Amino acid sequence: MCSAILYFDPQTAPKEDTWKDTQQREAILSSKMVTKTLTGQQRTRSSWNWLGPMAVVIAITLSIPVLIIVGFSFYGETTVWEHLADTVLRRYITNTIVLMLGVSVGVLLLGVGSAWLTSAFDFPGRSLFVWALLLPLAIPAYIIAYTYTGLLDFAGPVQTSIREVTGLSYGEYWFFEIRSLPGAVVMLSLVLYPYVYLLARTAFLEQSVNAIEVSRTLGLSIKASFYKVAIPLARPAIATGLTLALMETVADFGTVQFFGVDTFTTGIFRTFYGFGDSVATAQLAATLLTFVAVLVFIERRSRWRARYYTTGQQSAHAKRVRLYGTKALGAWCMCFMPLAFGFLIPAGQLGYWAATHASQFDLNFALLVWNSFSLAFLAALIALFVALLLAYAKRVYSTNIVNTSVGIASLGYALPGTIIAIGVIIPLAWLDHQLIAFAKHALMWDIGLLLSGTVFALLIAYTIRFLAISIGAVESGLNKIRPSLDEAGLSLGRKKLWVLTKIHIPLMRGSVLTALLIVFVDVLKELPATLILRPFNYNTLAVRAYELASDERLADAAPASLMIVFVGIAPVILLSRSISAGRPGTN
Amino acid sequence: MPDQNIESLSKTMLSLTDVSIGYGAESVVHNASFTLNAGQIGCLLGPSGCGKSTLLRGIAGFEQIHHGEIRMQSNILSSPLTTVSPELRKIGMVFQDFALFPHLTISENISFGLHRWQNSDRIHRVAQLLHMVGLSELGHRYPHSLSGGEQQRIALARALAPKPKLLLLDEPFSSLDVELRQTLVPEVRQILQQEQISAILVTHDQMEAFAMADQIAVMESGQIHQWDTGYNLYHKPQTRFVADFIGEGEFLQARVIDHLSVDSSLGTLQSAYGHGYNIEDNVEILIRPDDVLHDDDSTLTAKILSKHFRGSHFLYRVMMNNNQRLFCFASSHHNHAIGDEIGVVLDIDHLVMFRRNE
Repeated sequence: MCSAILYFDPQTAPKEDTWKDTQQREAILSSKMVTKTLTGQQRTRSSWNWLGPMAVVIAITLSIPVLIIVGFSFYGETTVWEHLADTVLRRYITNTIVLMLGVSVGVLLLGVGSAWLTSAFDFPGRSLFVWALLLPLAIPAYIIAYTYTGLLDFAGPVQTSIREVTGLSYGEYWFFEIRSLPGAVVMLSLVLYPYVYLLARTAFLEQSVNAIEVSRTLGLSIKASFYKVAIPLARPAIATGLTLALMETVADFGTVQFFGVDTFTTGIFRTFYGFGDSVATAQLAATLLTFVAVLVFIERRSRWRARYYTTGQQSAHAKRVRLYGTKALGAWCMCFMPLAFGFLIPAGQLGYWAATHASQFDLNFALLVWNSFSLAFLAALIALFVALLLAYAKRVYSTNIVNTSVGIASLGYALPGTIIAIGVIIPLAWLDHQLIAFAKHALMWDIGLLLSGTVFALLIAYTIRFLAISIGAVESGLNKIRPSLDEAGLSLGRKKLWVLTKIHIPLMRGSVLTALLIVFVDVLKELPATLILRPFNYNTLAVRAYELASDERLADAAPASLMIVFVGIAPVILLSRSISAGRPGTN
Repeated sequence: MPDQNIESLSKTMLSLTDVSIGYGAESVVHNASFTLNAGQIGCLLGPSGCGKSTLLRGIAGFEQIHHGEIRMQSNILSSPLTTVSPELRKIGMVFQDFALFPHLTISENISFGLHRWQNSDRIHRVAQLLHMVGLSELGHRYPHSLSGGEQQRIALARALAPKPKLLLLDEPFSSLDVELRQTLVPEVRQILQQEQISAILVTHDQMEAFAMADQIAVMESGQIHQWDTGYNLYHKPQTRFVADFIGEGEFLQARVIDHLSVDSSLGTLQSAYGHGYNIEDNVEILIRPDDVLHDDDSTLTAKILSKHFRGSHFLYRVMMNNNQRLFCFASSHHNHAIGDEIGVVLDIDHLVMFRRNE
């Protein structure tokens, strides 16, 4: 899950003070141009010279996995691929498409409605819902799937009470089969709707209130104005939210795997472990990549179009219409439902299980927590370091090639963990075999799998997947430091290092901490890449929860799941704070 | 008599009686009253925060009123008990940021309010309005590709399309540059008159108000100080605020001698009309720059303290022998240096005076 992508893309950042922002941006731009013409020569001679080439090297390195997967799609058909194409490929495609369609309907229903209610109307509990509706983002889809399975399957409390109350026994009554494609649609919709909610809400708030008022002076009621003005104006933002939710949907492995729904991610996993055929696996991944590419294309296009969809400045009169009586109750229920089913019920059930299975919190669990936290922290540090390099390269050296490199390096957020894992393991395994052969030959020493068999592979995969978040956070911090601040420092006779430590670091601290926190949490939640790339016998919370759930020990999986959810709430709080505060990354 | 009554009723387009509007306990507009006749253009003029936009939004129906009533012709639009919805008022509005719908073409924007019209009528009306604002060839374009002035004209056309009885304009020129404003203001006035529509404009720019409006309400702190023509606001301000806010001028301390004249630092000044103050009252006299004329032959002289070149004329800040400072207009041929002594003539037609607060 990369919920943070919502906030740290500069184009989706809430524009509470749009005009001020653009003014500032223009000021930055013009001062940049001045700097270029005035001190251009000085700049090129400066010690920052290495940053530009460095950015290009990083971008190329990070895109190797994807390039390899794309490369394999031209490799020709292997027998395994032929077999897949004959048997399961059609099912993978249909299931993936049905899943995407279902989730689209689900997240739009849950997200757009609640966003409109909380931005246009006032009713008891509204201010609470504004941020609480984001809480489901804290729960990874596979964890909510485990929880609802425990609740709703044959032996679960719901069906047991139905049998007790009605006296019917197995097969005599109909009950919703949660472990199915529709079940997966519901699970994913419940945790992914906040993407749509957040972007739609920002769009509704950003719309000039005048747009609705104009429509009313032209004779349309509030309701008609919603359909004819508010929704069409928010359409690009809603589309962006939807594509982000769908990226998560195609990336999902844990839910569909647990529910036995055959999609690309489960197929890739099975082909890799079952057939051991990396070419066929990569080709399957490449097919999934086309889905992702379409989503990225739609997302970029809607963000681009959204620029034209802002209507002048906001007026200060953001007056919400007060609701009373049954209307207020209806609105309350509409907002409470996604919150209850997406967070309160599953979190409560997890808490109950964890409390009744207290024996799980032992030394092994402590080791699990230590493994997960240290790994996540290390990954967050690496992503931050790379992001700082790239962001500074872009700032000092804003050429097309550097900007494109940074853009490519931030594309990983759209890539499913499975694809990245396969793309990482293929070249690393090859490299390892070369190293082993060399070491045997030259040193007479068996060095083992140095790269693909250690956390090194994991760290690379995490960096690729979550770098966009770090870059976004760092850039949003860096944008606040106008070049004139640097120049003021330098013109006062200070050295560059002084400017960096005394101006940049204090101003960047908030954004840097945000970047660390969010990558940390996302690494903690990441399942498929960890599952494929982890060293032998190396367990994390996510992997442990997956293993226990796969063994039908759902209650035993609760402590690990609860820990992930608990930590996952932190970025949600950050997100909700920036909703009310306005700017992301502001301390 | 009854005939006259009916006639005056049909002539009144909008009337406000003691209207108060407020957020919560604080009221932003207090006891505002005025009457706008059919075909007239009114204006709410005042510094920012004076409540003019709130009052306009009250007329549009976006703000509820707490006291008084707003009537259009003979129908009540707003009272403390009822508020007719904005969409049912037949009042058009042009917003400060124009608020064109970015997802619709120019033609679609203009026809937005024509949803109950026949298709052919609608097409005809859109073409007519595009022609009227002189942008016939832009119908298929999207708002973001238009310049500020073009967007302004489209916003006007869109508001006029459903033939509202009254048009409200909220600072419609403030986001345009000065040059564009000077060409657009008379153009918009002409369009409004051509459509024979009543309108109310909100602005903080008195030149814009003078150029557009027949009747102007000067507002301050939520109160309407005076509802009058631009000429009267300048020459017959009823409160000291209006005298100070409109145009330039200097207040002179003076004492009333008799029903026509006062004693001031410029000597005895006489008015053409009775002023209605008691003898010995302490008053302030408003002296406009055009009351003090430059005349090289005059024996009365004053020293130039500063000067502003205004193209057709100079506005001099001068000091009389007794240290009294005044503004003085001079034709732009009379270019004098700061510090020069120049001859001045007082040309006071009527005295504008206010009771002095001790």
